[in-house]
Amino acid sequence: MNEIITKEINTSSHAVELQPEPVCARAPVGLLAELTHRCPLQCPYCSNPLELERTNIELSTAEWQDVMRQAADLGILQIHLSGGEPTARKDLEQIVETAAKAGLYQNLITAGVLLTKERLQKLADLGLDHVQLSIQDVDPENADRIAAYKGGSAKKREVARWVKDLGLPLTINAPMHRQNIHSMKAIIDYSVEVGAGRLEVAHIQYYAWALKNRAALMPTLEDFQRTAEIVEEAKERLKGILVIDFVVPDYYAKYPKPCMGGWGRGVMNVTPSGRVLPCHAAESLPGFTFDNVRDRKLADIWLNGDAFQKYRGTSWMKEPCQSCPRKEKDYGGCRCQAFALTGDATNTDPACSLSPMHQDWAKVAALESHTRPPEFVYRRMGKGGTTPHMSEG
Amino acid sequence: MTGTAQPTRLIVTEATRIVIPRHIKLRHDAGRGVWVILAPERVFSPDPIAVEVLQKCDGQRTVGEIADQLATEYQAPRADILTDVVAMLQDLADKGVVKS
Repeated sequence: MNEIITKEINTSSHAVELQPEPVCARAPVGLLAELTHRCPLQCPYCSNPLELERTNIELSTAEWQDVMRQAADLGILQIHLSGGEPTARKDLEQIVETAAKAGLYQNLITAGVLLTKERLQKLADLGLDHVQLSIQDVDPENADRIAAYKGGSAKKREVARWVKDLGLPLTINAPMHRQNIHSMKAIIDYSVEVGAGRLEVAHIQYYAWALKNRAALMPTLEDFQRTAEIVEEAKERLKGILVIDFVVPDYYAKYPKPCMGGWGRGVMNVTPSGRVLPCHAAESLPGFTFDNVRDRKLADIWLNGDAFQKYRGTSWMKEPCQSCPRKEKDYGGCRCQAFALTGDATNTDPACSLSPMHQDWAKVAALESHTRPPEFVYRRMGKGGTTPHMSEG
Repeated sequence: MTGTAQPTRLIVTEATRIVIPRHIKLRHDAGRGVWVILAPERVFSPDPIAVEVLQKCDGQRTVGEIADQLATEYQAPRADILTDVVAMLQDLADKGVVKS
C-alpha cells in the first residue's frame, strides 16, 4: 500500500498557507458571507472597507437564503458567516437553517459580545458547525481599549465556555500587532484553557482600516521574530492539543502570501448589499464593476464576471512575476496591496523581495514601529474617509 | 478553569479506537466526484484508501482490527498496512480531524 494521502486546503479569507491543488479547478471551496457591516466593536484594524455599507442596503433574509442555496449548487463546501458582526442580523437563525439544509459547512466568525447562550444553542441545533471567536488581548483592559468596547473581554470568555458546553469546536482568532504583541504566550495559554482546538494568530495585514492605523499597529522586526519563535515552540509542545495557524506580517516577509489562494481560484466574498468580490478588499481597486447577486446568478458571476476574470490565472502578470517560478505558488501576492502602494494592481505586491519597491517599503515598517504610536482611528460608520491612496516615505 | 483536566495529545496505537467527531464531516462531493473531509476552516481531500480507513473508524473497531481487514481485502502485508494506517490517523489526530 502506498502512503495514504490527505491533502489539506484552507477555505477562509485568510488563505495564506501554500496551497495544494484545489479539489476542483472550477468551483470555489469557500464563501465569505459578510452578512452586515454593523458591529458593536471598533477595532482599528478591521478588514472591512473604509466605506462601510449601511443597514438599509443589506440583502434581505430571502436573498441571503437564496445565496446559500446557490452556493451549494455551485459546489461551495464551506460558508464563513462574517461581518461586521454576523450576530447583529436578527435573521441569522434562518440563514443558518437554510445553509445547513443545503449541506454547507458553517463557520461563525464572531466577536461574541451580542450572543446569548440560548441563541448559540439554537444556532447549533440548526446546524452551525464551528465558532471562530475573536479576542483583542488576554488583558481585559487592553482588549477593551483596542475594541473600544467595555466588558467585551469578560463576555468573550463566557462565550468561549458556552461554545465548549454545547460541544461545538472553537477557534480563537487573535489579530496581532504592536499593542498586544507582548501577550503572545498568554494568548496561547488562554486558547488551551478555554478548550479551543485551533488558534489563529494572524499579524495584521495592512489594508483599509489597518493601513490607516499602520503606525499605531506595526510591530518591530525583533518583536515579530520573538512571536514567531514562541509559536514554533508552542506548535511542537501542543501537538494534538492546539492547532496554531500563524500569519506573518507582509512587511517582514520575503515572499508575498498567495492572497485568497489566487484570484478567483478558491474563495469568493459577498458583501452585505450582495456585491460579489474575489476578495474582501477588492472594492479598493479602480475600474471594476462588481456584479450583485440581486442581478446575476452566483455561478455566472464566478465563471464569467469581469472582476473574477481580471486577475484569474497568471496571464495578466508583468515582470518580475511573469517569469517567476513561484508565480503559481503565490500568484503575485495581493492585488489590492499592489494597487494601494504602487498605483498599479498588476505590479508585483511590494511584500515580495523581488518587487523594486520592497526595500523602501520595508523601511517604512522599521521607521513606524520605532516611533511613538499615534492614537487609533477607530472603525466607525462614516469615519473611514476616502479610499486610502498610499503615499509612502 | 481549575478542576478541568489538562488536554493531552492522542497517541494512536494498534489498540486505539478512533472516531470521527460530530463536527468533522466525511462526505462524498458529487459535483467534483471526490470524497472530502470538512473541518473548521479546512477541507481535506482524502485518497480512496484514507476514505476506506475513515469509514471503518466507528469507535468499536481498534486500529489493529482495521489493519486486519485491510490486509485481507488488499492481500497485503499487515505490518506495512498497520504502519501506514497509524501514521495517517496520527496525522489526522494532530490536526483535530479524528479522536479516540
